Amino acid sequence: MSLTMPAPEPEILAARDDLIARLREIVKPANVVHLDRELAPWECDALTMYRQKPLVVVLPETVAEVAAVMRLAAELNVKVVPRGAGTSLSGGSLPLADGILLAMGKFNRILEVDFENRVARVQPGVTNLAITNAVAHRGFYYAPDPSSQIACSIGGNVAENAGGVHCLKYGLTTNNVLGVEMVLIGGEVVRLGGKHLDSEGYDLIGLVTGSEGLLGVITEVTVRILQKPETARGVLLGFDDVKAGADCVAAIIAAGIIPGGMEMMDKAAIAAAEAFRPCGYPSDAEGLVIVELDGTAAEVDHLVGEVAKIAEANGATSVRVSTSEAERLGFWFGRKNAFPAVGAIGPDYLCMDGTIPRGRLADVLTRMDELAAKHGLRVANVFHAGDGNLHPLILYDAAIPGDTEKAEAFGADILRLCVEVGGVLTGEHGVGVEKRDLMGEMFDEVDLGQQERVKCAFDANGRLNPGKVFPTLHRCAEMGFMHVRSGDLPFPEIPRF
Amino acid sequence: MQTNFLPHLLADPDVALAEKILRKCVHCGFCTATCPTFLELGDERDSPRGRIYLIKEMLETGRPADAETVTHLDRCLTCLACMTTCPSGVDYMHLVDHARAHVAKTYERPLADRLFRRMLRLVIPNPSIFRLALIGANLARPFARWLPAKFAGLFALAPKRLPPPSWVDAAQTIPAKGARRRRVALLSGCAQTALDTAINEATVRLLTRLGVEVVVAEGMGCCGALEHHMGETDAAHARAAKNIRAWTREIDGGGLDAIVVNTSGCGTTVKDYGHMFRNDARLAEDAARVSGLARDVSELLADLDLAAALVARPRLRVAYHSACSMQHGQKITTLPMELLAKAGFEVVPIPESHVCCGSAGTYNILQPDLATRLRDRKVANIATVAPDVIAAGNVGCMVQIGTGTPTPIVHTVELLDWATGGPIPDGLEALTASENASA
Ligand SMILES: Cc1cc2nc3c(=O)[nH]c(=O)nc-3n(C[C@H](O)[C@H](O)[C@H](O)COP(=O)(O)OP(=O)(O)OC[C@H]3O[C@@H](n4cnc5c(N)ncnc54)[C@H](O)[C@@H]3O)c2cc1C
Ligand code: SF4
Ligand code: SF4
Repeated sequence: MSLTMPAPEPEILAARDDLIARLREIVKPANVVHLDRELAPWECDALTMYRQKPLVVVLPETVAEVAAVMRLAAELNVKVVPRGAGTSLSGGSLPLADGILLAMGKFNRILEVDFENRVARVQPGVTNLAITNAVAHRGFYYAPDPSSQIACSIGGNVAENAGGVHCLKYGLTTNNVLGVEMVLIGGEVVRLGGKHLDSEGYDLIGLVTGSEGLLGVITEVTVRILQKPETARGVLLGFDDVKAGADCVAAIIAAGIIPGGMEMMDKAAIAAAEAFRPCGYPSDAEGLVIVELDGTAAEVDHLVGEVAKIAEANGATSVRVSTSEAERLGFWFGRKNAFPAVGAIGPDYLCMDGTIPRGRLADVLTRMDELAAKHGLRVANVFHAGDGNLHPLILYDAAIPGDTEKAEAFGADILRLCVEVGGVLTGEHGVGVEKRDLMGEMFDEVDLGQQERVKCAFDANGRLNPGKVFPTLHRCAEMGFMHVRSGDLPFPEIPRF
Repeated sequence: MQTNFLPHLLADPDVALAEKILRKCVHCGFCTATCPTFLELGDERDSPRGRIYLIKEMLETGRPADAETVTHLDRCLTCLACMTTCPSGVDYMHLVDHARAHVAKTYERPLADRLFRRMLRLVIPNPSIFRLALIGANLARPFARWLPAKFAGLFALAPKRLPPPSWVDAAQTIPAKGARRRRVALLSGCAQTALDTAINEATVRLLTRLGVEVVVAEGMGCCGALEHHMGETDAAHARAAKNIRAWTREIDGGGLDAIVVNTSGCGTTVKDYGHMFRNDARLAEDAARVSGLARDVSELLADLDLAAALVARPRLRVAYHSACSMQHGQKITTLPMELLAKAGFEVVPIPESHVCCGSAGTYNILQPDLATRLRDRKVANIATVAPDVIAAGNVGCMVQIGTGTPTPIVHTVELLDWATGGPIPDGLEALTASENASA
């Protein structure tokens, strides 16, 4: 792999046995995993291109255990990588050879559902879908719905500011999290926000959401739950030209309609989905747009008609409106299975995640085809069309020498293209290690310096998830920060436990 | 997922197949969400994705299995919920089969474990020995606390009242009532014929009533699943081969429309005979034929005219428990519920119905702690729908769930037999007495 991680610190590697012994005093001995042959299952997340066995894996069961581990980490100056469900596509939970991997899988309980205040308080290892399942019997749900929602953890969602098909209307994770409990390096437990919409002082939850495990370990999350819309209907649109599809998406938004979801797929993605399991998509279309409208029945019926009209005006070659719940789900089937469908022909795939101004879509797709030809690989595109978030899926075969490097180079070119047309490096999967070295394409030294200062305020010694997000992490002292070990408290106004 | 097998290992077709399966996994982690052991333990090594990784590491070099890998493979229920969830079609079943065979070949279990497993293999597949053992267990029950902890699981499961052997399990041909519409062979099962003879009796009554001739083939016995899941491939294949021969004689003789299995755990295995013998020149063809004819009893019933045979019965509220081997192994999901509804019962689904009850063959004997946690989870979920009776299509689940709840639990065919004129299933008398009174 052509990824450079921070060099393992020899004194930490040398003190491994001592660290393991100390960890076994904190958590149940069986929850410290250290035999080489047992570490492999944690060596990567869903970005399998990069793999590294951790120094040791710890599976804490209580907040007190997490705090004690973080205290020990600060004392021994050991790095810590938090891990949720390990579904990150940017290598966010890639372990470090000289770091503890703190796996939060045992934090899997729903602590409280408060229908009165429409919130749920959950442990960070609870899966996104489990929250919805826990409140569905009263007609509620948790809105952000990443395609990985069955498995990804809410802690990981907060860390990555995860999004999904329905985020166009209901917001990303950051718009749906009201409170967070977090353990800082050194072991302090802080609580941010609560059950209410806004809290006094800085919006630190906003800061923590999307922090990719660099600022603290999340140990509890309070999320907003919403009442399920009365009804939802889908519209499936085919276009013989992606530009027409992109124009249609823009026209729908311009008409003041905010669909529950609005997704686009290109020809390669349609073909992959159809080959995986036939789902009735128009096979001759160059581009496909799925629009979902939700709300009261009268409102939805009206909007469905409006969308169909706009689509026809924009040259849609086929327009299908769902007349049953089964049909609506059928429209989504291919889109929801786009990743495994592509995986089935890959055999490996690299999922990119960039955001572009919607108006540049046709242009970007054309240039992406040129890049595919240049790198000799295939690419399929799925696209959160409503908010401009593009997911090119690069197909490669890890068994062919050189293919992995080609895929990496192709991916980097795609992200440069996104930045060049005025977009950004990531939409919802985070920077992790995957996009780390491209941060310079997007931000200059001053920008990056400011972001690092935030990191320093929480973690002056760079112990939490180093090697992620920032191409090179400067020593905080260079940035005008004193090393804060256990004396001065940053953010003294935050309640501490 | 990338693999790095030593090239010479891939010459073995079983290893080559394992490699092909591993290559399909994209490490997305979706399967972790429905894996019972991951739900309970929250440990990647006890998730399908983690086990796949451990298996990969072991098989890539062909090294002998180690104690840790064995621990996590032993904790796997083989419930196959992961296969239902996996969007990429990873064939975990055949991967773990191969891994278990590798464990059996290369790993020496501690002596006590070895002996215990050998005892299970000797006892359970042999109804007459099993019956003696169950009687013995009942006699020994007062002394249970002086016996090794390993036996606790066994004692918990041994029913307090044992039925005598049933006429229905002897080799014979039982003619259809009225015009013969089908001719089928019935797998009697091994443990089932000792633990609960009512199931086969109800099956035969129901099928013959609906015009089916039922053959209990000479030479048929345990399906081999128990040894198969322990990785004892040769022993499992020997049992399977006996059944294949027994049924082939019937197929070539009087002819068979189906081979009916009323224990879904066994059904999954019989349906896999074709795969098990795919590289066996002598039996491949017959095995494939047998697998092709294998049907869960609910699949056969769906083809028969149940409605015409219905009689009036009280409308009990039935919680249907779908065995893992039924829903994940054989992908039979709603069919039994449809049959029960058609027969006039109020059928209610159980929340978290995709999660195993912990029975899983001999799992509840070998892993009593986890099995009990899963049983309690299942029983709590069942309680939320407050049923009169629980129905299931697998004797193992019936015994397992039965140890945790006072609600009666019966086989789906027992209810269907009753609804079409058969006797009332054991344990429901009190219920219907009050129902009748209030009706
Ligand atoms: C098939 C597939 C489809 C996907 N679709 C989407 C999609 O539609 N939208 C989307 O946004 N994402 C998607 N993802 C990406 C991924 O699911 C999300 O990024 C998710 O939020 C990661 O959660 P996780 O629990 O798996 O975290 P992990 O992968 O374990 O970790 C991700 C990051 O979060 C940090 N972290 C995890 N838990 C904690 C904690 N308790 N405290 C502090 N830091 C923590 C880790 O250090 C790491 O940096 C998809 C992934 C896959 C495999
Ligand atoms: S769901 Fe399938 S592809 Fe994904 S990790 Fe599990 S087995 Fe692998
Ligand atoms: S078979 Fe069941 S217990 Fe085993 S890995 Fe799959 S889901 Fe988990």
